[in-house]
Amino acid sequence: MSDVRFEAPSSLSEAVKILAGAKGPSRALAGGTDLIVQMENDLLEPDLIVDIKKIPELRAIKPEGGGFRIGATVTSMEMIEDASLCAKWPGVIDGVKLIGSIQVKGRATMAGNLCNASPGADSVPPLVAAGALARIVGPNGTRESPVEKIPVGPGKTSLAPGEIIESFFLPERPRNSGDAYLRFTPRTEMDIAVVGVAINLTLDSAGVCTQARVALGAVAPTVLLVDECANALIGTRVDEAAIDKMAAAAAAACKPIDDKRGTREFRIKITSVLAKRVAQKALERARHTA
Amino acid sequence: MSKKHHITTIVNGDEYEALCETRHTLLDVLRDELRLTGTKEGCATGDCGACSVMMDGRLVCSCLVLAVEADGKSIDTIEGMASGNELHPLQTKFLELNGLQCGICTPGFLIAARALLERNPDPTESEARYWLAGNLCRCTGYDKIIRAVLSAAAEMRGA
Repeated sequence: MSDVRFEAPSSLSEAVKILAGAKGPSRALAGGTDLIVQMENDLLEPDLIVDIKKIPELRAIKPEGGGFRIGATVTSMEMIEDASLCAKWPGVIDGVKLIGSIQVKGRATMAGNLCNASPGADSVPPLVAAGALARIVGPNGTRESPVEKIPVGPGKTSLAPGEIIESFFLPERPRNSGDAYLRFTPRTEMDIAVVGVAINLTLDSAGVCTQARVALGAVAPTVLLVDECANALIGTRVDEAAIDKMAAAAAAACKPIDDKRGTREFRIKITSVLAKRVAQKALERARHTA
Repeated sequence: MSKKHHITTIVNGDEYEALCETRHTLLDVLRDELRLTGTKEGCATGDCGACSVMMDGRLVCSCLVLAVEADGKSIDTIEGMASGNELHPLQTKFLELNGLQCGICTPGFLIAARALLERNPDPTESEARYWLAGNLCRCTGYDKIIRAVLSAAAEMRGA
């Protein structure tokens, strides 16, 4: 077995240059919790691995424009330990907390979760519901992309060769906003989502929903951002009728597979059940945040 | 072409040097190069926690860390848990309360449990079970493990 070239540059420009010059298959290494398993199982044989954890600007969670900039190599545990991030975006943290064990969360990153492009990635639906933007750097410079535009199918992303995620931006939240994520798994821990639902909504001072984003995971080849769900909530007081309509729209949007984790029919049914629970949780949080 | 990386790592307070290839994991180097075989390989995919170590104070699976990433880092393994002949209270309680059967999962459980107690000296049973969800015991001796952890926690608090 041939050896793999390993580089750990200390600047972003250097990392981009190395990746752009790669001739064979290459991978950026952040937490490695998917990459190393894929190499171990011979699913992936890269010629080049670029460890991006020595690049200072990729390592921090920073306030920006009333929101947060989260570097691509920030681990799940670092996010869970950030009190201000947890207070502002509890739904994103709901998703991050569900990624693997404490050991895995000590290494795993949202950028890796997104780029691994599993339809069941737990941090992705809450990022999509949050309206998070990914900043991508590559040989042609820097661009911003909504998170939902990055996965294009199982294991496939819209990143061009040589491009990597630099960071995520979570925007400033209006008052009375709340987000939540729940997934269904047969076990409570160490499992992969059969269905995941994330909802982010904002209420006005009268309790009427002014904006909403609803994202579904594990029920299609990629995460789904469902406008029909959002439209069912916007303009309502998020009462039972509105939630039922939203849940029906979520079930209608599902295009799930049948597999050992759940049949197509089961996943569709569970999507509407979870959508109702998540809406209640997001609503509670919106009512209890300033 | 087989280029080896020269890494320098602090393991249990002592500096070690090793040569490794890119695809070697920290677990490979701990066991095969440094002969620190207390850290076990269970699944090699990060699911079982048998290879748990601390890296710069963070609980990780050493099978999911490339050895070359450990260059310049500080690693704590099971071999550093006792002070000389004096066992850590967790080790004592695992022995007293039969928190092990075949023993393969034990080093990982001890390292993970110590990380829990450093963070939360008084965990509830539920908190301990969730924290240790990434450590599997195929003999399924979980109850005794949890009892040992909670009992060690009480002793360490002086309760």
